[in-house]
Amino acid sequence: MIQHYLILSIILFCLGILGVISRRNVFTVFMSIELMLNAANLAFITFSRLHLSMDGQVLALLVMAVAAAEAALALAVVILLHKHKGNLDTNVFSLLKG
Amino acid sequence: MEHTAAYLGLIPLLPLTGALVIGLLYMFTCTTNPLPEKLYGALACVGPLLSFFLALVVFFHLKGLPPEERFLVHNAYTWFAVGDLHINMGFLADPLSALMLLFVTLIGSLIHIYSVGYMAEDKNYGKFFCYMNLFLGAMLILVLGSGPVVMFVGWEGVGLCSYLLISYFSEDTNNVLAGNKAFIVNRIGDLGFVLGMSVLFWAIGASGFDYLSLRANAHNLTPAIGITVCLLLFVGATGKSAQIPLYVWLPDAMAGPTPVSALIHAATMVTAGVYMVARFSFIYAHFPIAGSVVAWVGILTALLAAIFGMFQKDIKKILAYSTVSQLGYMFAAVGVTAYSAGIFHVFTHAFFKALLFLGAGSVIYALHHQQDIWKMGGLKDKLPRTYWTMLIGALALSGVPPFSGFFSKDEILFSALATGHTGIWFIGVLVAGMTAYYTFRMIFLVFHGAPRDKEAFDHAHEPPAVMTIPLVILAVGAAFAGVLNLPAIFGGSLNVSQWLEPSLVEHHGHASIWLEIMAMLASIGVVACGVYIAYKKFGQGAEEPVFTGFAKIGYYKFYVDEIYNAVFVQPYKGFGSIISRFLEPKVTDSGVKLSSWLYQKAGTAFKALQVGYVRIYALYMIIGLSLMSLFLSQTIN
Repeated sequence: MIQHYLILSIILFCLGILGVISRRNVFTVFMSIELMLNAANLAFITFSRLHLSMDGQVLALLVMAVAAAEAALALAVVILLHKHKGNLDTNVFSLLKG
Repeated sequence: MEHTAAYLGLIPLLPLTGALVIGLLYMFTCTTNPLPEKLYGALACVGPLLSFFLALVVFFHLKGLPPEERFLVHNAYTWFAVGDLHINMGFLADPLSALMLLFVTLIGSLIHIYSVGYMAEDKNYGKFFCYMNLFLGAMLILVLGSGPVVMFVGWEGVGLCSYLLISYFSEDTNNVLAGNKAFIVNRIGDLGFVLGMSVLFWAIGASGFDYLSLRANAHNLTPAIGITVCLLLFVGATGKSAQIPLYVWLPDAMAGPTPVSALIHAATMVTAGVYMVARFSFIYAHFPIAGSVVAWVGILTALLAAIFGMFQKDIKKILAYSTVSQLGYMFAAVGVTAYSAGIFHVFTHAFFKALLFLGAGSVIYALHHQQDIWKMGGLKDKLPRTYWTMLIGALALSGVPPFSGFFSKDEILFSALATGHTGIWFIGVLVAGMTAYYTFRMIFLVFHGAPRDKEAFDHAHEPPAVMTIPLVILAVGAAFAGVLNLPAIFGGSLNVSQWLEPSLVEHHGHASIWLEIMAMLASIGVVACGVYIAYKKFGQGAEEPVFTGFAKIGYYKFYVDEIYNAVFVQPYKGFGSIISRFLEPKVTDSGVKLSSWLYQKAGTAFKALQVGYVRIYALYMIIGLSLMSLFLSQTIN
């Protein structure tokens, strides 16, 4: 029964990875990262339930707090990126190209 | 006793401290606020004068001891120790080094004082005196060193200062090239010195490598090794003292300021080779073959340089060749084991040659850097003090009795005759005549006759007292130094030779008094002829001749420089260019170049991975993480 939650978590995480790799819009990439964070949260809570320990719950709360802070920061970065180049296509930001 | 020995360390230390202080002062102030020249001048003269004073103290202390105990040793510290061998920074004062010490510090001090005037308004005034003091310190280490190793320190030190001072006016490339030439030629000689020292150490150095121990062990040398040591050391001497085949640097060294020519390239440094041979008299005296080589090289150098000297037109070049020629005499003397005669000639030569150079410096100063004797003339009345002092110097150099050069040169010629070297004596007498000729050619052309360059003549004036007083003191020395070593036939007792006896191993030749008188008359006659011919040709004024035939070859110095250039320098340069054009880029560099090529190619290959898109980097990260997880999961199970 409990492994369904884990499988859901894995599916969500893989969807997140897929989004990060394949999508070119900075916003979508950002949302995919959030999805991965939440997949991790789900896994934490599942394990918390499995081991009857509150540690996982605490970590999930912590991750949510970090995600909130990160969201604030990331949105500011996105705005700056938009100001800089006028669009949010990640292929435009390729200064590291060898 | 202990007290006086401790002064020995101070004697070289004082000028070296002077060099350090002046050098630091100059370094920190030359660009921002240059210090007054008077300060540098005073600082520069203090060290040499104090050293001279201490040298006097040491000399009189030695004089107070019985002859066989006349040596002082002061070991400042152990320089390095290998096993049982301890090389000390040791200083030795014995009659030989004390005599050298006296005139080196005296003439050094006088020339420092002269330079205060001569170098006035030079923009690197401080640097000049820093080098001069450094030179004097190195020279004193050379003279005082208690063993070959310490001597070598001084030997290299004076070489360095010589190089620095020859190329002192470094705006002119020729001066820098002259400095390089001196340095490189000296390097060749120094190689001989180092090799000689190494062989000597290998043969008898095990139980102590200072002169006193070496002297005690000298009888253990086999003839083959002994002769090798002598000849290798003599190679060193030919470099430093400008003998065939390494004399070529000295005439070019005249590019330096005139006081430098006087101090380094006439009075002190160039005599280091003679001093060294006399120092090792305990080896040379046992091997007459090596001595003969030294004597013949010396006398042939004297002849060759005298021939060149007769045709030069640069006043300093004439003096330079006369220096080479006189050094040849000295080597002839030490070669026929007349070490004291050689050292005595070093002593008198220091006075009259320093005098002549400083006099030439006065003339050059008065004529605003004119050095061509064919543009001078009639300066006798304009520069009376310079004229009279230089005349004394010229008489001494030519060997006119009773000036100092006569006694020292005659002692050499007589020693050659007495030891059976008739050939050397004959060439020596011939060279004496040539010396008289070219010296008086210079005197007549510079001071007599009508002025050739009217404008320069009108502006000429006697230099300041700070320059003429050293001239007068040196003139007194040049005139009367010979009295110190009067031979028996003039009622003297060869005081200098007696004084030097404990330091040297000499074989005195024996000859009748009639032979001595005859030899003396011969050389006086030849000298008189030389002066007379010079007077006939140049006494009433002469015009610059166009050199033809032999004179032209002589003026171009037998094309020796050109021959050396073709035989040694150009092949060496060719060899160098083979190395730099082929061997280095194509052979030794190929390995390095291959590895750099490989890195470049690898870089190009990996460059493809750096696409620049964030999402691709994320993909790499995920692949990496996945592989890591896979690996971990495999190992844990």
